[in-house]
Amino acid sequence: MSGIPHDHYEPKTDWEKGLDKRLPIIGLLYDTLMIPTPKNLNWMWIWGIVLTFCLALQIITGIVLVMHYTPHVDYAFASIEHIMRNVEGGHMIRYLHMNGASLFFIAVYAHIFRGLYYGSYKAPREVTWIIGMLIYLLMMGKAFMGNVLPWGQMSFHGTAVITGLFGAIPFVGESLQTWLLGASAVGQPALNRFFSLHYLLPFVIAGLVIVHIWAFHTTGNNNPTGVEVRRTSKEEAERDTLPFWPYFVIKDLYAMAIILLVFFAVVGFMPNYLGHPDNYIEANPLATPAHIVPEWYFLPFYAILRAFTPDVWIVMGASWITGGIIDAAFFGVLMMFGAIAVMAIAPWLDTSTVRSGRYRPMFKVAFWLLGADFMFLMWLGAMPAEPIYANLSLLGSTYWFAYFLVILPLLGIIEKPDTPPATIEDDFNAKYAKQKGGALAGVATPAE
Amino acid sequence: MLKRLSLTTAMVLGLATGFSGAAHAAGGAGEVYNYDFSFEGPFGTFDQMQLQRGLQVYTEVCSSCHGMKFVAFRTLSDPGGPQLPEDQVRAYAEFYEIWDPTLFGGEGDFRPATTADKFPEGLVSNAPDLSLMAKARAGFSGPYGTGIAQFVNGMGGPEYIASLLNGYTGETKEEAGVFLYENKAYPGGWISMSQPLYGDDVFYEDGTEATIEQQAQDVAAFLMWTAEPKMMARKQSGLAGVIFLGVLAVLLYLTNKRIWAPVKAAAKKQGQTPAE
Repeated sequence: MSGIPHDHYEPKTDWEKGLDKRLPIIGLLYDTLMIPTPKNLNWMWIWGIVLTFCLALQIITGIVLVMHYTPHVDYAFASIEHIMRNVEGGHMIRYLHMNGASLFFIAVYAHIFRGLYYGSYKAPREVTWIIGMLIYLLMMGKAFMGNVLPWGQMSFHGTAVITGLFGAIPFVGESLQTWLLGASAVGQPALNRFFSLHYLLPFVIAGLVIVHIWAFHTTGNNNPTGVEVRRTSKEEAERDTLPFWPYFVIKDLYAMAIILLVFFAVVGFMPNYLGHPDNYIEANPLATPAHIVPEWYFLPFYAILRAFTPDVWIVMGASWITGGIIDAAFFGVLMMFGAIAVMAIAPWLDTSTVRSGRYRPMFKVAFWLLGADFMFLMWLGAMPAEPIYANLSLLGSTYWFAYFLVILPLLGIIEKPDTPPATIEDDFNAKYAKQKGGALAGVATPAE
Repeated sequence: MLKRLSLTTAMVLGLATGFSGAAHAAGGAGEVYNYDFSFEGPFGTFDQMQLQRGLQVYTEVCSSCHGMKFVAFRTLSDPGGPQLPEDQVRAYAEFYEIWDPTLFGGEGDFRPATTADKFPEGLVSNAPDLSLMAKARAGFSGPYGTGIAQFVNGMGGPEYIASLLNGYTGETKEEAGVFLYENKAYPGGWISMSQPLYGDDVFYEDGTEATIEQQAQDVAAFLMWTAEPKMMARKQSGLAGVIFLGVLAVLLYLTNKRIWAPVKAAAKKQGQTPAE
C-alpha cells in the first residue's frame, strides 16, 4: 500500500494462505500497523491518534446517550436531566460526551496547525489535507447540531442565530433556511432532523478518516524536517523509518495517557467549565439570553462573521458593486466560510520549495502570528457585539486572510530558506549526537 | 472567610469574559461574594447537615413561590445528598399536593405526593424553577476571565444565589405597575423578587443560628445539590480516572523509553561518528 519499500505480510500456515487468497485482510492489517514511519516524528504527531480516540469516545458515549434521550421539544431538556439523575452512570457518560467534543476540537486544531507549520499540506499530500478539511467541516456541523439537542436556552437561540446565517444568502436564503429547519423557526422539525444528522455524521466522518489514513499511508507521513523518506531501497528506507508498531503506537499511547489524565480531571472536577450556564435553562423562544455565545471552538470564525459590519469599506464596496445583493450579513457569512476555504487551498497558495517551517525564518514569524491571531479571534468571538470588538475582529480577520492569500504565496519568492538536512536519518542522528552522555548509553541493549 | 470579589471591576477592565463564553452568565454587573462552600475543589463534599438545613429553608420559604420539577423526593435519601431516612422522606413528600391526571376517572385530581414523585412546579408564573439554578447561574471569575478561580474557589452558582439572598438593600421602586427591589448581586440592580430572608425565618433543629447569611448559604448549598446530585460520585470517578491514568502514563513512559533506547543509542553513536 505504501510507496515506501518495506516487508510485507507472508502467510505461513495453510489456513493463512487460504484466507489470504480469499480475503487479504491480515495482510492489510499488517501493512497498516507495520507501516514505515519517519523516526524523527515529534510530539505534535500524536494528535491523529487522539482524534481517532475522540471519534470512538463520542460514538460510544453518544450511542448510550441516545438510548435515554427524547428528541422532542417538550421532553428533550427533561430527558437530559433524566440521564443526569436517574440513569446509572449517566452523568459521567454525558459529561464525557460534552467535554469529549472540546477535546476533539483541541486535538483537531493542534493537528491542523501542526500541518500548517510543517507543510504537511504540500505536494504530494494535498488529498490528505483536503479530506482533513472536509472532516473538520463535518465536525463543526456535527458539533453544532449536537449543541441543539439539550434544548437549553443557548441551544435554541444559538441555532436560531446560526441557521439565520443561511437566511442571509440572497434570493434563496429564506427558502433555504426554512428547508433546513423544516419550518419557519427553530422547533420540533429542526430538533428531529438535527438529532438524525448528529447521529449520522460521526459515521460519515469515520469513513472519511479511513480515506484520510489511506491517503497519507500512500504518500507516507510528513515529518518535522519535511524531507521525504528515501525510497530507492528497503535498506535506505529502513534507515529513515521505524515500523509504526511498536515504536509509535507506544509513544502515542503514552502521550494519550497524559492528555486523558487532564481530560478526566476536567470531566471529574469541572465538567461545566467549557459549557454555557444558560444551557441549564430550558429553551424559551420568548426570552433571548443577553449574549448569545457559541461554543469556544466556533469563536474564531464567529468573530470573523461579525467583523464585517455595514460600515466596513469592503462591505460597502461589495454592496455597491452588486447593487445591494451582497449585504453585510451575507458578506460576513462568505468571509466565515471563506476563512476555512483559504485554509483548504493552502497547498496551492504556498509557493515555497522548502516544506517544513523549521527551515523558513520568515515563515516562522508569519505562522506564529497566525496562531496568535487565532487565539485573538477566539477571544473576540466571546465579546459582546460592540464597535471596538468588531474593529479588532476586522484586524484579526484581515491577518487571517492575508496569511493565506498574500503571505504564503509571497514568502516562497522573497524568503531565503535554510537548508534542511539531507535525510531524516541525519536529522535524527544529529539530535541524539548533541545529547549529553549517561542515561541513553547506559540503557543501550544488545538489540543494536 | 469572605473574599470579596467584585465582578464589576473585572468587567470594567474587560477581563471577566472568558473564551468559553460562560462569562456572561452570572454576575453581569452584580456583586458576588466568594463564599466558602464545603463542596468546592476536587475533594470537596456536600455537608449533609447543611443540605438538610437548606432543604428546610427551601421548604419553609422558597417553595411558596418556586418549584423544583426535576428533583424527585426519593433522592432526598440518596447517599451524598441530605440523606434523610426513607420514612422521613415519605412523610415529607406527603406535605405536597401533586396533580395526578389519572385520578377522578381520567379528569385528574390532586393527591398527596409519594417518594416517587417530583417536587411540584412553582405556583407563581414568573418564579423560575430552582432545580438547576445553581448551574444556570454559574459564573466565571478571573484571572482574566479564564475561570481558573472557579476551579480553585468554586466561584459559581451557589455563590451567586447566596449573594443574591444577602444582597437586598431594602430600597423599593415601582415601574410600570411592578414593584422592584434593589439587590446588589442582581445584574441591573433591581429584581422583581421581594426580599425572602430576614433572619430567623426558620428554626434550625441542630442549633445553628438562622441568620440571613447562614440561611442563604444553606439553601445555596442545597440548590447546588439539586442541580448536581451526582457531584460526589462524579468527583470520585474523576479521581479514580486521574489516578489510573497517572499510573498508566508512568508505565507507558517507561515502556516507551525502553523501546526507543536502542534506537536512540544507535543514533547517538552514528551521529557522533559521521559514516561517510
